[in-house]
Amino acid sequence: MNADSLIALALVIPFAGALLIPLARAVPNLRETVTLTTAGALFATVVMLLQAVWNGARPSLDLVQVTPGLEIAFRIEPLGMLFATIASTLWIINSIYSIGYMRGNNEPRQTSFYVCFAIALFATIGIAFSANLFTLFLFYELLSVSTYPLVAHKGNEAAKRGARVYLLMLIGASLVFFLPAIVWTYVLTGTLDFVPGGILQGHIGPVATGLLLALFAFGIGKAAVMPLHYWLPIAMVAPTPVSALLHAVAVVKAGVFTVSKVIFYIFGLDFLTETGASEWLIILSSFGLLMASLVAIQKDNLKARLAYSTVSQLAYVVLAAALASSTAMLGAGLHIAMHAAGKITLFFCAGAIYTATKKTEVSQLDGLGWRMPVTMFAFFLGALSVIGVPPLGGIWSKWHIMQGAYEAEYIFVVAALMISTLLNIGYLLPPVIRAFLLPPKDGYEGGIKEAPLPSVLALSITALFCVLLFFNAGAVATLLNGMFVY
Amino acid sequence: MIEAQLPALQIVLPLIGATLCAIIDRPRIAYVIALITSVLMPVIAASLLVQVLSEGSISYAMGGWAPPIGIEYRIDVANAFVLLLLSVIAALIMPYAARSVAAEIPDNKQAWFYSMYLLCLAGLLGITITGDAFNAFVFLEISSLSTYVMIAMGKDRRALLAAFQYLVMGTIGATFYVVGVGLLYTMTGTLNFADIAMRINELDIASSRPVLAALAFITVGLGLKVALFPLHAWLPNAYAGAPSVTTAFLAATATKVAVYLLLRFFYTIFGFEVVFELHPVGEVLLVLSIAGMFAASLVAIFQEDIKRMLAWSSVAQIGYITLGVSLANATGLTGGLVHLFNHAMIKGGLFFAVGGIALMAGGVKISDLAGIGRRMPLTMAAFVIAGLSLVGVPGTVGFVSKWYLVLGAFEAGLWWVAFLILITSLMAVVYLGRFVEIAYFREPAGGAATATEPPLSMLVPTWILVIACVAFGINAELTAGTAGLAAEVLIEGLR
Repeated sequence: MNADSLIALALVIPFAGALLIPLARAVPNLRETVTLTTAGALFATVVMLLQAVWNGARPSLDLVQVTPGLEIAFRIEPLGMLFATIASTLWIINSIYSIGYMRGNNEPRQTSFYVCFAIALFATIGIAFSANLFTLFLFYELLSVSTYPLVAHKGNEAAKRGARVYLLMLIGASLVFFLPAIVWTYVLTGTLDFVPGGILQGHIGPVATGLLLALFAFGIGKAAVMPLHYWLPIAMVAPTPVSALLHAVAVVKAGVFTVSKVIFYIFGLDFLTETGASEWLIILSSFGLLMASLVAIQKDNLKARLAYSTVSQLAYVVLAAALASSTAMLGAGLHIAMHAAGKITLFFCAGAIYTATKKTEVSQLDGLGWRMPVTMFAFFLGALSVIGVPPLGGIWSKWHIMQGAYEAEYIFVVAALMISTLLNIGYLLPPVIRAFLLPPKDGYEGGIKEAPLPSVLALSITALFCVLLFFNAGAVATLLNGMFVY
Repeated sequence: MIEAQLPALQIVLPLIGATLCAIIDRPRIAYVIALITSVLMPVIAASLLVQVLSEGSISYAMGGWAPPIGIEYRIDVANAFVLLLLSVIAALIMPYAARSVAAEIPDNKQAWFYSMYLLCLAGLLGITITGDAFNAFVFLEISSLSTYVMIAMGKDRRALLAAFQYLVMGTIGATFYVVGVGLLYTMTGTLNFADIAMRINELDIASSRPVLAALAFITVGLGLKVALFPLHAWLPNAYAGAPSVTTAFLAATATKVAVYLLLRFFYTIFGFEVVFELHPVGEVLLVLSIAGMFAASLVAIFQEDIKRMLAWSSVAQIGYITLGVSLANATGLTGGLVHLFNHAMIKGGLFFAVGGIALMAGGVKISDLAGIGRRMPLTMAAFVIAGLSLVGVPGTVGFVSKWYLVLGAFEAGLWWVAFLILITSLMAVVYLGRFVEIAYFREPAGGAATATEPPLSMLVPTWILVIACVAFGINAELTAGTAGLAAEVLIEGLR
């Protein structure tokens, strides 16, 4: 099977999964087997594609022309390959975790849960492999729509309200800013294709470039650029596996991936450096990452704290892309991978704590380390990775982003990154310290009692990823360096 | 030689069918007649379109009297496609109608209903196919009168009031139209579209006062039929009160035909220059369209009855169509035209789904339909997909419309219009989302608790339209391609 048809397979597999899951709804074990098989098959397909891209191939597939100028087409470049690899890997682990969580908490409507998940993955793969802005937009919107029922899953007032905000902000931003940006790009250049080096050079003046970049940056609401981050903490009402999907596997990653892709393949790094059109975004995201960290410190609710941490970490990626140098762009790609592994671990832990003890607040975690040692140790590793401490993966992306900022002579960015690291410590380590160093408040003496095995297994694997990524970051960098060869 | 007579058959068959239904007056037989006639329609329309695409415009002299003395049926790409649209909707609605009509209309009136439906169809097809201004008026009245009857057959007594309201407004509209046609006749001495256009040009009277008065009368008169804001007042009541089948049929066809006729006058008869360059028709239309899009979308958000909500949404969507026309460039007009087809599919699909809900759950008030998504998963899934299409999510026909409209706005240098278009799409998310949320995330209660899926005869036509919404959103060659051709034909004019 050649690489081009593998693209079709990678799209068909999750879609077929979404169709098959409801057929098996009567037998939960069979239904979950379908999910896991689909996830496994997708992973295998993506790995085969990864091999091809690693060897320098750029598989492509032209599906259909909607109307002149709008084509559904796919072309795999390194950044998208990385994103697809992360998403398909984490889907397997997330599915294992979901089984433990959904059953452990007796969640209703599990069939539609798994169906929406599969559709979300279908959309994610489409985003990752898209060859032009239209294809990307198509799957981007599908991802918003398919995750809406997941956010509303619990069906209570808070969940419905959260889902409403989620859908309206994402679809709203994409309709009112992202789509006009796409149309404007098309009017200027007559094409929507992603071309290494960008397509805008010579078609637009510097001020308008800044404006167009603003339309993209705010239109891609999934990247949660301040002040459009509001939906992300609100969407915390969703079950934890969904939060993991939102924060690590697909949604916000799709956002920052799209921002990076637009900056690299539509604007072009050189063009942005020449015009200085992205300077405002550098300032805004530096400010944003500090603000979000400051808010995170004040949150007692663990998931809310992690949500603001995500807002902050996403700003890292946007910042790195806006710096528009190859070093920083490499940092952006690395950070997508590193943050995914770190944040999914943290969310899995938060969910495991909830499943085992129904605790949701940081202040309730005293002494929990002796009751759930595996979970809390995994939390510790995830936290260290997000902070950027060796030997965990997070150090490498921060390293590159800082180096990019130095090279571009943005000293205040370097300062912001350093302060942010301190703040990261301030909000991610207290849960661990409370869990291991303080005596339990509720006088619990029952010995070790972890969440169900699938959950513990999943969070251990992702914690292990954080470690592995430290030693294997070179491979990710090698893959990403393929972007700059054209 | 039957092929040469196709233009006549397209109109005569439903006319004969309507008469037969009324004479025989048996529900079953009337239904079969209506069904057979409706199913034949797309066959004729499709062969006409094929003929037009391969050999160019068709001119058919009714009764053998050559134009401009006799009535000419003239078919080019623009109306061939509208004919096909009307026919396809007719062919889908008849299989759908059986159960819904049986449930909503008393036995002794059903034959009349089918008779009126066929008359209305004949009228709409006639307006579209004819090349004669007065003949168009006759067909306009045929379709309007039969529509009043079909609306008045609604179960609710308010349907009578709605029908009366539409009767008054519709009559004013038709009168304005015929006054305009009269003025044109005085100035040019002919009623044939092509002939009027030629004489206006030859005599150089495009800017003369009577011709301009005619333009004004016809624009306002047809504006009423189009339900162009602020002439829309009849539409929400009529759609909400009418039987489900009537609503679905009207929503997908009636206003579209009026738009088509308006375009015919703008482009073929008065000409692009007179309408859009010498006089500010485009600007006026632009402002009214945008006002309609906002006002109607806003009202739709606060509706408690789904049919009424979708009716207000129709007023807003008509705004998109006229907005495309008002942009006065090929891309914008293509957008308007393609939305004419696309909206027919979308609203048809939505009203078909709602008709199924009305039949099985016994009502269409949003608050009575909690949890309906779990009782009628296929119907609601159809509603959601058609709804996404209404919003303009990529991969659906709604996006194709919006793409051309926004692109047209940018080309016209009206980038702010592009934003306004997209903001109103967001309002569609709000009013549809309200219902979808209640339908899926509340426990089933009331009429919804015992509802089941409607029969296949209703489900299949619904899904055909919904699948069309997606299929033509993924490959718009047929719809957008033909709309583009039609836009070219219109802009070039008949000369």
